[in-house]
Amino acid sequence: MSSYSAWGLLRHGLGARDWAPAWRDATPRKRYKVVVIGGGGHGLATAYYLAKNHGIRDVAVLEKAWIGGGNTGRNTTIVRSNYYYPESAALYEMSLKLYEGLSRDLNYNIMLSQRGIVTVAHSRHELEVVQRWAGAIRANGIDSDLLTPAEIARLAPIFDTSPQARYPVWGGFIQRRGGTARHDAVAWGYARAASALGVDIVQNCEVNAIRRGADGRVTGVGTTRGEIEADCVVMSVAGHSTVLADMAGFRLPVTSYALQAMVSEPVKPLLDVVILSLATGVYVSQSDKGEMVLGGALDLYNSYGQRGNLPTAVNVAGAAVEQYPALGRLRMLRQWAGIVDVVQDSSPILGETPVPGLFINCGWGTGGFKAIPAGGWLMAHHIATGSPHAVAAPFSLRRFTTGALIDEAAAAGIAH
Amino acid sequence: MLLISCPHCGPRDEIEFRCGGETHVVRPGPAEAVSEDAWADYLFMRQNPRGLHAERWLHAAGCRTWFNLLRDTVTHEIKAVYPMGHARPEVA
Ligand SMILES: Cc1cc2nc3c(=O)[nH]c(=O)nc-3n(C[C@H](O)[C@H](O)[C@H](O)COP(=O)(O)OP(=O)(O)OC[C@H]3O[C@@H](n4cnc5c(N)ncnc54)[C@H](O)[C@@H]3O)c2cc1C
Ligand SMILES: [Zn+2]
Repeated sequence: MSSYSAWGLLRHGLGARDWAPAWRDATPRKRYKVVVIGGGGHGLATAYYLAKNHGIRDVAVLEKAWIGGGNTGRNTTIVRSNYYYPESAALYEMSLKLYEGLSRDLNYNIMLSQRGIVTVAHSRHELEVVQRWAGAIRANGIDSDLLTPAEIARLAPIFDTSPQARYPVWGGFIQRRGGTARHDAVAWGYARAASALGVDIVQNCEVNAIRRGADGRVTGVGTTRGEIEADCVVMSVAGHSTVLADMAGFRLPVTSYALQAMVSEPVKPLLDVVILSLATGVYVSQSDKGEMVLGGALDLYNSYGQRGNLPTAVNVAGAAVEQYPALGRLRMLRQWAGIVDVVQDSSPILGETPVPGLFINCGWGTGGFKAIPAGGWLMAHHIATGSPHAVAAPFSLRRFTTGALIDEAAAAGIAH
Repeated sequence: MLLISCPHCGPRDEIEFRCGGETHVVRPGPAEAVSEDAWADYLFMRQNPRGLHAERWLHAAGCRTWFNLLRDTVTHEIKAVYPMGHARPEVA
């Protein structure tokens, strides 16, 4: 694999049309040491770190459609680590730190843009909660600063902070190291780096059975491209986790919902931070192409239909127009949805399942893009060493039985 | 957008309703006989099928009655509406 560089870009820009494919589109073999189900960011990162950190290269990633076509390629790309509980802070901060070095590590520009993420409070009560969060986040050792309404107005002149605003602004807080990254680049960069280390990336290969031996241990998977044996299988399929768990014969605390987003036609630079409003749940950023990227709450009922419903889209657009009056005349280019895996405490599930040899990485819900490097790193560690990494241990499926939930939904407000 | 037939008020837009999730979940008991696993199963584990799902709905901005729906989670088509306390109907 040739390495990407400024020189290479110049040479290709000058007319050499010999870009090589970034990774091998592999045909599946009969057996692997590790099979990863799901070619989203988490699955691809798991394969990469298995190969890179642990020397386990006999690995396949099986993706039913194309890599990054699930939530990884559908999300609004916000990265941050300002979580409330120490367990979550350790997890998401580990991920943000890995993101900070990822373009270099993968030799692939993931376009990390640490432009800052601002969370806005719209009432005295929200402001009190925000003060408490900002303090707790700082106590976790993560950068977090309170903002006055005047400071928010300075950071984002298009946000309505006027006294007559429909959603009055009382203040907020910022994580300056938060921001965005390019979602497709994260999937493609991990795929390219994993493939270069010998990992097979198999597209158009849907898993439709989990095979188990007489002792109950996983022995492989059935797929639309034939039977594949494996010593160890990881499910990394986000909103389809319950479908896979049903095949394997255990239950999950997961409900699948559609989460939608939309982008406007591209415009000149208008907004150079990410803003999330607590009152409306709507968050906005501007892509490098100039599109305004809008996201909001989950759709109202569980769904596997990978499209958003109109009432939620109307709520998001309505709130955005109130809070950013300048967006009122923009046309929307695209609207779409992904199927996200929501768990009662809004924290991920990482580790073993009741089926020996079958591991799970799911439950990221509306906010697992930011966690891709850590999710992959931690899963690879568990598979390779046989025991969970200290950062992953609190997120095991057993917490629903022991009661040691990590209730980020209640603690740190809206996810993403 | 769903058009949901409230058993009491008739067809109304989905925005008048709240989805209360899986229905027919039975609380295990008596309390002292319930294992940790059975309790976790009751509190947290969900069917979450890709396909037909039996679920509770509340007509929140209407008569405030709870009732059950049988709905396809892929197409969102509503196959049956039936009262609380009734068994899940058979549908084709
Ligand atoms: C609209 C939207 C906005 C979001 N915004 C943010 C955000 O701003 N910040 C953030 O951190 N997170 C965000 N998220 C959440 C984030 O996208 C996800 O948590 C994350 O991408 C999950 O990655 P994954 O690899 O686990 O899943 P996915 O990327 O969904 O990958 C799972 C893959 O498994 C495949 N698969 C499923 N079933 C099978 C099978 N049987 N056999 C083979 N393959 C199968 C799917 O095709 C898919 O490619 C958002 C999500 C959505 C939908
Ligand atoms: Zn009614």
